[in-house]
Amino acid sequence: QKVSVEVLDHLEHLALVDFRDSEGVERLQKAIQFADQLHEVNTDGMEPMDSVLEDRCLYLREDDVTEGNCTKELLENAREKVEEYFVAPPGNIPLPKLEERETFLQGS
Amino acid sequence: AALKEGLRSQVSAALKEGRVTPTELCQRCLALIKSTKFLNAYITVAEETALKQAEESEERYKRGQPLGVLDGVPIAVKDNFNTAGIETTCASNMLRGYVSPYNATVVQKLLNQGAVLLGKTNLDEFAMGSGSTDGVFGPVRNPWSYSRQYKEKSVPKSHSEDKESNWVITGGSSGGSAAAVSSFTCFAALGSDTGGSTRNPAAHCGVVGLKPTYGLISRHGLIPLVNSMDVPGILTRCVDDAAVVLGSLAGHDPKDSTTIQDDFKPFELPNLTDVSKLSVGIPKEYHAPGLSSEILALWSKAADLFKNAGAKVVEVSLPHTRYSIVCYHVLCTAEVASNMARFDGLEYGHRSDMNESTESMYAATRREGFNDVVRGRILSGNYFLLKQNYEKYFIKAQKVRRLIANDFVKVFRSGVDILLTPTTLSDAAPYLEFIQEDNRTRSTQDDILTQAANMAGLPAINVPTALSERGLPVGLQFIGRSFQEKQLLTVAKWFEKQVQFPMIQLEEVTRHDNGVFQYQKSASFS
Repeated sequence: QKVSVEVLDHLEHLALVDFRDSEGVERLQKAIQFADQLHEVNTDGMEPMDSVLEDRCLYLREDDVTEGNCTKELLENAREKVEEYFVAPPGNIPLPKLEERETFLQGS
Repeated sequence: AALKEGLRSQVSAALKEGRVTPTELCQRCLALIKSTKFLNAYITVAEETALKQAEESEERYKRGQPLGVLDGVPIAVKDNFNTAGIETTCASNMLRGYVSPYNATVVQKLLNQGAVLLGKTNLDEFAMGSGSTDGVFGPVRNPWSYSRQYKEKSVPKSHSEDKESNWVITGGSSGGSAAAVSSFTCFAALGSDTGGSTRNPAAHCGVVGLKPTYGLISRHGLIPLVNSMDVPGILTRCVDDAAVVLGSLAGHDPKDSTTIQDDFKPFELPNLTDVSKLSVGIPKEYHAPGLSSEILALWSKAADLFKNAGAKVVEVSLPHTRYSIVCYHVLCTAEVASNMARFDGLEYGHRSDMNESTESMYAATRREGFNDVVRGRILSGNYFLLKQNYEKYFIKAQKVRRLIANDFVKVFRSGVDILLTPTTLSDAAPYLEFIQEDNRTRSTQDDILTQAANMAGLPAINVPTALSERGLPVGLQFIGRSFQEKQLLTVAKWFEKQVQFPMIQLEEVTRHDNGVFQYQKSASFS
């Protein structure tokens, strides 16, 4: 079963990455088809594995400040900044809807 | 014994005795990098800083106070490790021009030992790929394409055939690092290994590629692909050198809480002579579809080698091997979707001119910065993580992961010490042939023998074994128990000694030969 345009659109929103062309969509279709092979495996009673180190305790260090004060270095790599702020364009403006966006999906 | 030492002149000893100086060594390597530029192994060559490091090393040797075996030894680092003051690009437009403010822990550790950082090596974009062909700086060429061994075996279709057109790939994604070590431009290189990215190019380039146990070496500063599987990888020309580098890198790092807290003691590898107490497992599922008859024969020969030397060689089964690629596909894309979310243009890296809204700026930045492969994985990953798919795909894959990891546990519990498998399905493919299939298909095919070790977090190593009929390297893989690197490397070293893998005969390299160069040709620096 093919992935619906609604889901494709939803994915573009979530990922903030575009499919670019029909090849991109095909790629996803093939990826899903490939992943479906997982369902051949019987995993009854199996717990999901997050990490191979699950039997150990992660290291937690003391809540002490040991380094920092590197504002200058950190800001150096940003393109847009004002004083010690990273500058972002206005937020809370959702991506235009499918019909209004410049996306390949419009044609589908 | 004296003859053996003579065959592998030791750079560290040479440095200590003053037979060669760190600056000479550094200059030779830099010159060689220039003359082998066509390999495209390096993205950035840090000539000035390298020479400075070499000078400082020379001072220490003059005072008789070298920092250790690695002092003054030229190394290269894959371009997905952060290096302070040196561009780190991950072979992507997203990080072009990004100069990191800090060193990855493994880089810092090498520098603390006095190693000379020559530059950053080429890779597939964001380490996604198995050919080192998909980065924005172009593909890496396998040095063996230019070896006498390969040229002798290749039959040109016509006299005018461009010798350029039948060069072979390095494998990937740490192809630049493998090529750099293989072509003698450095003595060791760092790679990364998530699905085989260190072992695969090591096999194709005829070098040793070590994937350590997950949790042994710090990932702090390694730009992450799959947090639960990534490890820094070590590429060298011989097993002893890999042990030396491992010794300087392993151990708990407070900056990476996924490194284990056990004390790590660097070790020297014993010269194993008696393998009669060793039990070698041959997993039958690694006789995978597509495995070349040549490699199958080599694998068989290796098993016999162990048997004839008195080791116990048994066939074992890892029944879920064939699902490791599918499992990896889901877990990898899911973790990638999460890890790539940090690239939004705001704090570092490429930023689009689009300024209408935060979201549209992010979308445009990512549209401009990522190649098809990366975007494809992000979108797939997001699909598998959708609420309606989470249980069906992501959780399911995590359960399959446990099955795969348990397969290994069962086998090692049954008395097997080490597993012997092929590393790749065939020798290196010509570039023009390789690019006929897309990245995901290739990765699927090529990762099949290496991926499961990442799934289970186990240490694994590629040891160059022999040349194929086409005159190209073929390697075999050993997989060991968790945190038993010493045993793994000891066996690998024994095997390396038995097979006597031939040295690459590169014409470009011999042209520059002089007294100093003999140290570069040598297999080891330790």
